[in-house]
Amino acid sequence: MMSGTPALEVNDLRTEFRIAGTWHAAVRGVSFTLARDETLALVGESGCGKSVTALSIMGLVQPPQGRVAGGQIRLDGRDVAGLPEKQWEKLRGDRIGMVFQEPMTSLNPVMTVGDQVAEALVIHKGLSRSAALERARALFDEVKIPSAAARLGEYPHQFSGGMRQRVMIAMALACEPAVLLADEPTTALDVTIQAQVLGLLADLKSRHGMAVLFITHNLGVVAQIADRVAVMYAGQIVEEGPVAAIFARPAHPYTRALFAAIPRLDQPEQALAAIPGRVPSLDAMPIGCAFAARCEERRAGCEAPQVLAHVGKAHRARCHVATVATAFEAEDTAIHDIR
Amino acid sequence: MSEPLLSVQGLRKHFVQRKGFPRPRTIVVRAVEDVSFTIAPGEAFGLVGESGCGKSTAARALLRLIEPDAGQVTYRGQDVLAARGAELKALRRKMQIVFQDPYSSLDPRQTIGSALMEPMRVHGIATGREARARAAALLEEVGLPAAALDRLPHEFSGGQRQRIGVARALTLEPELIVADEPVSALDVSVQAQVLLVLKQLRARRGLSFLFVSHDLSVVRWFCDRVAVMYLGRIVEEGPAGRVLADPLHPYAKMLRDASPVPDPTRRGVLPRIVGEIPSAANPPPGCPFHPRCPQAMDVCSKVAPRWTVASGGGGVACHLHG
Repeated sequence: MMSGTPALEVNDLRTEFRIAGTWHAAVRGVSFTLARDETLALVGESGCGKSVTALSIMGLVQPPQGRVAGGQIRLDGRDVAGLPEKQWEKLRGDRIGMVFQEPMTSLNPVMTVGDQVAEALVIHKGLSRSAALERARALFDEVKIPSAAARLGEYPHQFSGGMRQRVMIAMALACEPAVLLADEPTTALDVTIQAQVLGLLADLKSRHGMAVLFITHNLGVVAQIADRVAVMYAGQIVEEGPVAAIFARPAHPYTRALFAAIPRLDQPEQALAAIPGRVPSLDAMPIGCAFAARCEERRAGCEAPQVLAHVGKAHRARCHVATVATAFEAEDTAIHDIR
Repeated sequence: MSEPLLSVQGLRKHFVQRKGFPRPRTIVVRAVEDVSFTIAPGEAFGLVGESGCGKSTAARALLRLIEPDAGQVTYRGQDVLAARGAELKALRRKMQIVFQDPYSSLDPRQTIGSALMEPMRVHGIATGREARARAAALLEEVGLPAAALDRLPHEFSGGQRQRIGVARALTLEPELIVADEPVSALDVSVQAQVLLVLKQLRARRGLSFLFVSHDLSVVRWFCDRVAVMYLGRIVEEGPAGRVLADPLHPYAKMLRDASPVPDPTRRGVLPRIVGEIPSAANPPPGCPFHPRCPQAMDVCSKVAPRWTVASGGGGVACHLHG
């Protein structure tokens, strides 16, 4: 792993929402670090807490509906959890940028795209409007929006979905943030456009040395872009490790079930297996393993709280079955090459 | 091949829009320009392409959910587009559709039981207690309890609703199911549930499928044959294994290369794709794909490529192979 302060460090994050008067945790003790020039993919089904984690890091979960109830969020070594809103506003868009899933609804429809990109530069960098627009034009070139100068004065409805997502990326990158949170940035796009946007993000990451937290449920995308992977289930990270290890030897039964549930273009005649049941709801979260009720390898001990334990180098899983079984095999297991 | 169940020849659907202010202009969107294919009994035929390529419009036009402008659709030799009244009603029994969005395709104020029994009543298949028993059996077939009959759609998750949509399509015991992106609104784990239900039904009832999807891996898993559409035309067609593993048309290749494979050891450089799908209101001349094609030649911008039969079945519309 890289030396120096990580760009982003999240420690024991707990985010709660109020349902019928009581607080229930949607994110239950999530910890991870994100180094410069690294992409961490956060993977899981809808409702597992991926997006809430990102929103918490951005300081966008606020009372009365929700709250960050515990944990530290360190941005460049500085604890930002619980900062007053005024100070958050200085950080957002400057040190930390976010790209949302829905390019159709996350732009302001009555403001030109050029002004929307320039706005961040005027506010955070104190540029004049004309200087900011000039910089916006350069950003449009960088995210490969053709005839950038002419398109600055256009409105979001004149852009296609892929082009809008580029505008979103240009906005997020305007102030050269240390950390980029990308919440399902390609899910609403066609595969060819997705390939363009992923290629763009990879280029920009290596050029600016950004740390990227990439949230997705698409394991194909993860395999293409991630350095490390964290699998989330019911508000917890249940497995994390380097991308090669997670794909070659998924340890947690949930991770394995996810792999078995996706049809693969490169494996015809594959047996597909659905995951029975559903994610426990926020107000009925078990004390022990949250996946136990759906797990084929359920046994005694699953009803106790689970901890993340090593199954390999920098590879950890939150499952007493997986971590005991692999303790014997340890590191000498050859990574079998799927090719 | 035996006589096809469904045969579509030269299907066309243009939408006319008036747009603009203060001087509105008339725009013709050529959603489906020229689509031809056949589906054999018991076969699953996939239609793939990006958004806006006309695949959903083609599926709906052949069912006459929207009236096509031209072309010929025959079902077991019977002309679908000329059918009227009782004849059309009888045809509709044989061809049913499953929609993409399970949240908007069920009436929020109609119980599941009522939604399943209504078609049986309309078509005079069963009423009363018998209809209810049939509806319960259908629910069981898609893996839902009979108790669901008296519930409303909002009580179900997306995957359950989609299975209800499948059960509803089965009420009339059709031979052909048109599935329009049946799993793309669903989460990965739920997607697998619905795909497995569809595959079981196919095996058990000998159903034929027209499976519309943008997801190549889903089509690869489910379909026997596949057609790739681009701007209202089929650019390549053939056995799913051949077309998706070893495509001939540059567009089909681009689609395959852009579909990420969940295997980090095969992390290639993602293809550098130029441009986006042009508007169907103003398709390029010649081969519609030539402005984005890495192998475009002079002829491509002038002459539309002819259909060339490929070895191993199917064919391709490309000057490289013509």
